[in-house]
Amino acid sequence: MKEQGCFESAEMLGQPWKSGPFRAASCAHEAMAFRPCVPRGLKPLQFFSAQRGAKAPLFHGRVKTLVALLTWLIASVFAGNAHAQVTFERLVNSGKEPQNWMTYSGDYTGKRFSGLDQINVTNARTMVAKWVYQTAATGKLETTPLVVDGVLYATAQDDRAFALDARTGRPIWMYQRQLPGDIRPCCGRVNRGLAILGHKVFLGTLDAHVIALDAKTGAVVWDVAAVDYRTGHSFTVAPLGVKNLIVIGISGGEYGVRGFIDAYDAATGERKWRFYTVPGPGEPGHDTWEGDSWKVGGAPAWNTGTYDAATNQIFWPTGNPAPSNRGEGRAGDNLYSNSLLALNADTGKMNWYFQFTKHDEHDWDATQVPVMVDSGGKHLIAQADRNGFFYVLDRTSGKLISANAYGKITWSDTKDAEGRPVAKKEASPTLEGHTVCPGAAGTTNFMAPTYSPQTGLFYVTARDQCDTFSTAPQPYEAGHAYYGSAYFPSEEAEPYRGFLKAIDPATGEIKWKFEHTSPTWSGVLSTAGGLVFSGDAEGNFIAFDAASGKPLWHFQMGGAVYAAPMAFAVDGKEYVAIAAGSAVYVFGLP
Amino acid sequence: MPGGHVRVGNYVPALKSPRFPELQSRFVGVECGKFREGEFMFRRWCIGIVGLVLMAVAGQPANGQNPLAGDAKAAKAGEYEFRINCALCHGLGAHGGGRGPDLTRAVKKHTHSDAEMFQVISNGIAGTAMPANGTNGQGVGMTDEEIWQIITYIRSQEVKAPAQAVGNAVHGKELFYGDANCSLCHMVAGKGGRLGPELTGVGGSRTREAIIDSVRNPSRRLAWGLTEATKEFPQEYESVTVVTADGKTIKGVTLNEDSFSVQIMDAGEQIHLLEKDKLRSFQKSRQSAMPVYDVDILSDKELADIVAYLIRVGAK
Repeated sequence: MKEQGCFESAEMLGQPWKSGPFRAASCAHEAMAFRPCVPRGLKPLQFFSAQRGAKAPLFHGRVKTLVALLTWLIASVFAGNAHAQVTFERLVNSGKEPQNWMTYSGDYTGKRFSGLDQINVTNARTMVAKWVYQTAATGKLETTPLVVDGVLYATAQDDRAFALDARTGRPIWMYQRQLPGDIRPCCGRVNRGLAILGHKVFLGTLDAHVIALDAKTGAVVWDVAAVDYRTGHSFTVAPLGVKNLIVIGISGGEYGVRGFIDAYDAATGERKWRFYTVPGPGEPGHDTWEGDSWKVGGAPAWNTGTYDAATNQIFWPTGNPAPSNRGEGRAGDNLYSNSLLALNADTGKMNWYFQFTKHDEHDWDATQVPVMVDSGGKHLIAQADRNGFFYVLDRTSGKLISANAYGKITWSDTKDAEGRPVAKKEASPTLEGHTVCPGAAGTTNFMAPTYSPQTGLFYVTARDQCDTFSTAPQPYEAGHAYYGSAYFPSEEAEPYRGFLKAIDPATGEIKWKFEHTSPTWSGVLSTAGGLVFSGDAEGNFIAFDAASGKPLWHFQMGGAVYAAPMAFAVDGKEYVAIAAGSAVYVFGLP
Repeated sequence: MPGGHVRVGNYVPALKSPRFPELQSRFVGVECGKFREGEFMFRRWCIGIVGLVLMAVAGQPANGQNPLAGDAKAAKAGEYEFRINCALCHGLGAHGGGRGPDLTRAVKKHTHSDAEMFQVISNGIAGTAMPANGTNGQGVGMTDEEIWQIITYIRSQEVKAPAQAVGNAVHGKELFYGDANCSLCHMVAGKGGRLGPELTGVGGSRTREAIIDSVRNPSRRLAWGLTEATKEFPQEYESVTVVTADGKTIKGVTLNEDSFSVQIMDAGEQIHLLEKDKLRSFQKSRQSAMPVYDVDILSDKELADIVAYLIRVGAK
């Protein structure tokens, strides 16, 4: 394996400010693939059935053995091996196989809706835990598992990835990347999941590599460095497989990176295109940055976008301009920070953009999953934004249809001619600090929302919290946090409140809301069983009636939820999965 | 001492002090952020919770001298570094915030010399919410130079200790366990009640002003109770009244709560573990169970004495 992106550590030895016991970690970025002591003949993977091989006829001689082995292999294939490769066609038509969950949001539209209805409003109250998989990773899990043909693939802290028997939770393979000691994750050593395409799964790493793992063994197939992690770049996002490409967005808005979205050839790891989310000299939008501020302009792309096969467009959201809370020195709208981008999937060329928050000074990344919704013959895309407004756009043109507040906001009380909320001047942070709602965590954040075609409602985790924003002049220094600010929970504000809200996208009206005990970071799933699932900060996993918001069932998992749920089926039985604490939980009917 | 009361077992006797009539049948809960020993809790407001991560920490120069001592420019740079890295807990101006101690005090609990301060910023303080530099999930943390800038800034903000201590700690202790009835609900060094927050360390971790404010305005900011490993917000000392299925009314403070269950301590220090769907009614209030101690009940001088006692105990 090539040691791409393996940086010369001697160069860093001359930089005492980067000193630390673990810093000089070797260049051994080569990953390890652990094989746990489990029988290799697990049913979904009969290819590897060594035991069955041993039961082959007791022929003598190499030729006879080889013939026997080949015969057995061919027989296995024709016996209908369930583990077929995941083609682009399968991803486009994922609705035809609701037993599988093959992308971060369950399908290309971003709806996080499962067509399974075995678990429904009538029997949800009888749900039980089926298995738990402990990752032994410290910190928080933000992963959404994938399930394909009975195998569950997920990730954990510090770029762990693993494949489990989806019925039992027993591991098939485990992988953990050996990370250098001086990575710069912004906000925890997290990962939100894998992409799957062909016979491979794809992982973006905290040291800014993209890695292809063999789906059956966890072995590294290719490993590519996207960029130097030491300048504050990292990957936490679940990539998206589109056609023959793996699309992925960079993190590092807290370090003054210049954001980008990349596409890699799934077969080879060769980079096919890169879209810089901050335009360079001569490019449209470049004049929305003051001086050289574009070079450290941020606009990362750290949450998974969606894809419209009809128009071959990728919709990908971007994050805050840098420094996140100090606008001085980067006068202008700061395109394409806090925007939704429509990119041509083949070329990465931009078709349109929509900027939710211009010249952001409150860390309101627009990195929420943009959800494709078709209504009344219109092709729409809906985003519940961190800035507190629920936006509906025409996804063919990027034109705004509506923007309605869905939480407590104080930063805007007017809209421009096109209906976009306009920031009040006095909402800017000051040296002394003053209070703005929502706070830096936003009305929502990365937690995945869901849209149910059954109810026609958009469900999102929301919080009402205000923060005191204060600026702090800070020079850019490569690889160092670059906030230009400090923010605090406001002492004057009401206690922070957290909700699950059901929004009618047609009107922006909140149809129902459930108030959590405290704000949660859990995503939301809806199912054809008339249910909505979400987790809470107190460790509960809750099934709600999607129509009324009434909680029907809950299970205490013993750890706060930072992940989003998903659903799958194996052998005709439906399961619902979510990560909490440092474990993956799977539930089903008794 | 007039108005002094003796606690018997777990029973909080009705208060009959003529000086504190409104204490009757009310609970006490001082507003104060409290760090539980052995628990680690630190919030980075940027994006959410922060995991405890083993990361590189800055080394310490051999001589431990602050190379920037007294440098006004370094102090200014340190002020901004402080805002970004420290103010979330220690407050703007280092006067102490919701969680961190007031660093403008000349005498600090954990550090005296610049070298010790460098150690604490670099490595954190085990068993407290003070994290090691670079372990808050935000990458590599501050450089040595930035740490020295922060120390220079903190030194520039320090208020010289008053020639004479504010308040009479000996009298404060008498009041705490006697006339002021603090100990009916608060424990200090193993002695006192259980209904309100334990206050042994409060004098070392909170500002004088914050303690005074919490006595004068107990409901303004409720005290923190239980913090859980990855939960973003700690439990607060909210007041709660429930009616059980068999019609029994329980009043108390919440020890912990989620959407489906609640743990309550009542005025008799009994713990009730309840499922919400089995209750007839459940009502919470952000009106602290602690009575408001205004100047008619507790003079400024008496309060200063109590705070002096808490600071003396807390500094140990």
